[in-house]
Amino acid sequence: MLATAIQPGLVIDGFTIGECVHSGGMATLWNVTHPDIAAPLLMKIPRVSEGEDPAAIVSFEMEQMILPRLKGVHVPAFFGAGDFARQAYVVIDVIPGRTLYRRLPDLPLPYEEARVLGVKIASALAELHRQNVIHHDVKPSSIMFRDSGEAVLIDYGLSFHNQLPDLLQEEFRVPYGTAPYMAPERLVGVRDDPRSDLFALGVLLYFFTTGVRPFGETETLSGMRRRLWRDPHPPRKLRPDYPLWLQEMVLRCLEIEPMHRYPTASQLAFDLAHPDQVKLTARAERIRRDSWLTVWRRRLNASQLRLERKVDVAAQLAASPIVAVAIDTVEGTDQLNDALRLTAARILSTLPSARLACINVLKLGRITIDRTLDEQGHNKHVDRLVALKHWATPLRLDESRLTVHVLEAIDPAAAILDFARANHVDHIIIGAHGGSFVRSLLGNVSAKVASEAPCTVTVVRPRAVAEGAAAEEGNRQAGAAAN
Amino acid sequence: MLLALFSDIHANRQAFSACLETARARGAERFIFLGDFVGYGGDPEWTVETAIRLIADGAVAVRGNHDQAIGTPSETMNAEAQAAIEWTRDRLSAGQRRFLAELPFALEEEDRLYVHSEASQPARWRYVQGAPDAARSMIATKAHVTFCGHIHKPTLYSMSATAKMTSFVPVMGVPINLLRGRQWLAVLGSVGQPRDRNPAAAFALYDTATREITFCRVPYDVEAAAQRIRDVGLPLWLAERLFQGR
Repeated sequence: MLATAIQPGLVIDGFTIGECVHSGGMATLWNVTHPDIAAPLLMKIPRVSEGEDPAAIVSFEMEQMILPRLKGVHVPAFFGAGDFARQAYVVIDVIPGRTLYRRLPDLPLPYEEARVLGVKIASALAELHRQNVIHHDVKPSSIMFRDSGEAVLIDYGLSFHNQLPDLLQEEFRVPYGTAPYMAPERLVGVRDDPRSDLFALGVLLYFFTTGVRPFGETETLSGMRRRLWRDPHPPRKLRPDYPLWLQEMVLRCLEIEPMHRYPTASQLAFDLAHPDQVKLTARAERIRRDSWLTVWRRRLNASQLRLERKVDVAAQLAASPIVAVAIDTVEGTDQLNDALRLTAARILSTLPSARLACINVLKLGRITIDRTLDEQGHNKHVDRLVALKHWATPLRLDESRLTVHVLEAIDPAAAILDFARANHVDHIIIGAHGGSFVRSLLGNVSAKVASEAPCTVTVVRPRAVAEGAAAEEGNRQAGAAAN
Repeated sequence: MLLALFSDIHANRQAFSACLETARARGAERFIFLGDFVGYGGDPEWTVETAIRLIADGAVAVRGNHDQAIGTPSETMNAEAQAAIEWTRDRLSAGQRRFLAELPFALEEEDRLYVHSEASQPARWRYVQGAPDAARSMIATKAHVTFCGHIHKPTLYSMSATAKMTSFVPVMGVPINLLRGRQWLAVLGSVGQPRDRNPAAAFALYDTATREITFCRVPYDVEAAAQRIRDVGLPLWLAERLFQGR
């Protein structure tokens, strides 16, 4: 086709070709300009000449289908596409900087730096999965960062969209992708499980914190198939100072069975953002791989991975929400707190993969200098955490499903909203404010949260309280009449 | 231009009306009928009359096996379908019967092919039951996209330049770009007798400018359509299956 004739100055559908900035095996990348678009643009042109890998064509078609549908800061912005009838291309915005691939010489990275990278990448994956897309090629060279800090996932040539035909369905007899990062279920033909991306991110985190790829660099199918039964060396074996929380998270991402990994990228991002709250299991302290007996059993049963069909991306995300409940441990009445617990219990009981974040706002004064200790010398922050845990005890939730957070803020509603945004909260449960004079002066926290939240909000109002307020209102009117 | 494509209306007035209304509300500029106006349902006269009127206004239509069976009795139909055909034949006027008998097996428009069953042998009424059937149909035509019905279950097939197939059960209301680099076969669900366990009426919209197809589902008054079948004395199963979408 025309790909070889592309040169600076050529105009395609209004896009003027500039400098060639990358020439890869599957595509070339060119800077382009368009009179109506101010943003710096990049044109990706697939290599489709005679004898080229047909994968290049299919990958390009997939990207052409998926890119125009994607939205948000974690994906390239789409500006146009041309098809094979004339000149195949897609135009996206230029993401400044380099891919994470450039960091390879710096490995292993400090744990904290890797954790922060992990939060960003998991957040980007959460956003992508919410748009019904599984990336399927998460690796350092597919990840970039905006100036504002957010991770951007690029290259959708191997991706799967839950609501579009999968053009790669029958295209390749062997699984196609980047061998070191490929999830075990991909090797048996599964393409519709978003937890495959969490496996790849686990490989990346393992690699970035140990300097070693957990499954080596093997490219052969038989070498890759080993990961269907053979677990990697625990990071603590390689680095004795490896944090327990980090090993817990990394090994959970690398579980062979998708159902044993994090249910969603949001939940992984949540744990990475709150490492002190991660529930440590036997994974955290392991220094040896599984025994040969375990491995052998798994090897005999390896074909069963295929049986766990079929995953619906959207349904799986919907079944594994992060629920945040805002508890007022100071002014909230027992009745309201009980009602909040009942509501939370109802929601959690139907969703075994859901997790609950209990949040409390420690309100700071606008002018006064706040002390962390109260008059009796107790640490207010710790007291609140204790109170939150006490509130949650009757729910009898497994520790891995429960976290507690005390937010210090001047504006409680803003603090709750910020928490929800930063932590991919899917559902906020909050108590309705009472009708008291003091509360109306403070402003209506639940109303503000309900109107501005990025997710569903349930406002809980115990019936008796409502009747009490009505009665109070009645009394007030009666009093006015008496006067 | 935004096309609304209807297949297998099967004399279901309630479903047909609901789909027409929805398609118009969504901006459909032209109607394409993929056959089987009659059979099974209790309102053949109204259905055929409405189709004739829409065709006079620019719609196009192809013949289905039930349409053909009105004039040329088929030996392969099951007893219930046969009973409905016999009943329908007596209800239709000579003009309406002629309209059905004269419908073409297939129609081509630009890079699109309209056919009731599939493209390889339209008069044999073969079902597209999977990728191999779809491949046979696509190999038989140069059309970029073939629209058909007949099996009452929506599925979208594609074939790449290297003859690799994909099959996909479309998600309601999500537009899909029918990329130019491959051939497509859009098997539509049925307006009047869905069989994919979803009783809602099915049709599709296709935007010829953006090449986007959207499979649509429309809830309609199933009770009224079923009651009509019972009232006119057609086999009861034909009413019952509308509730179940099978």
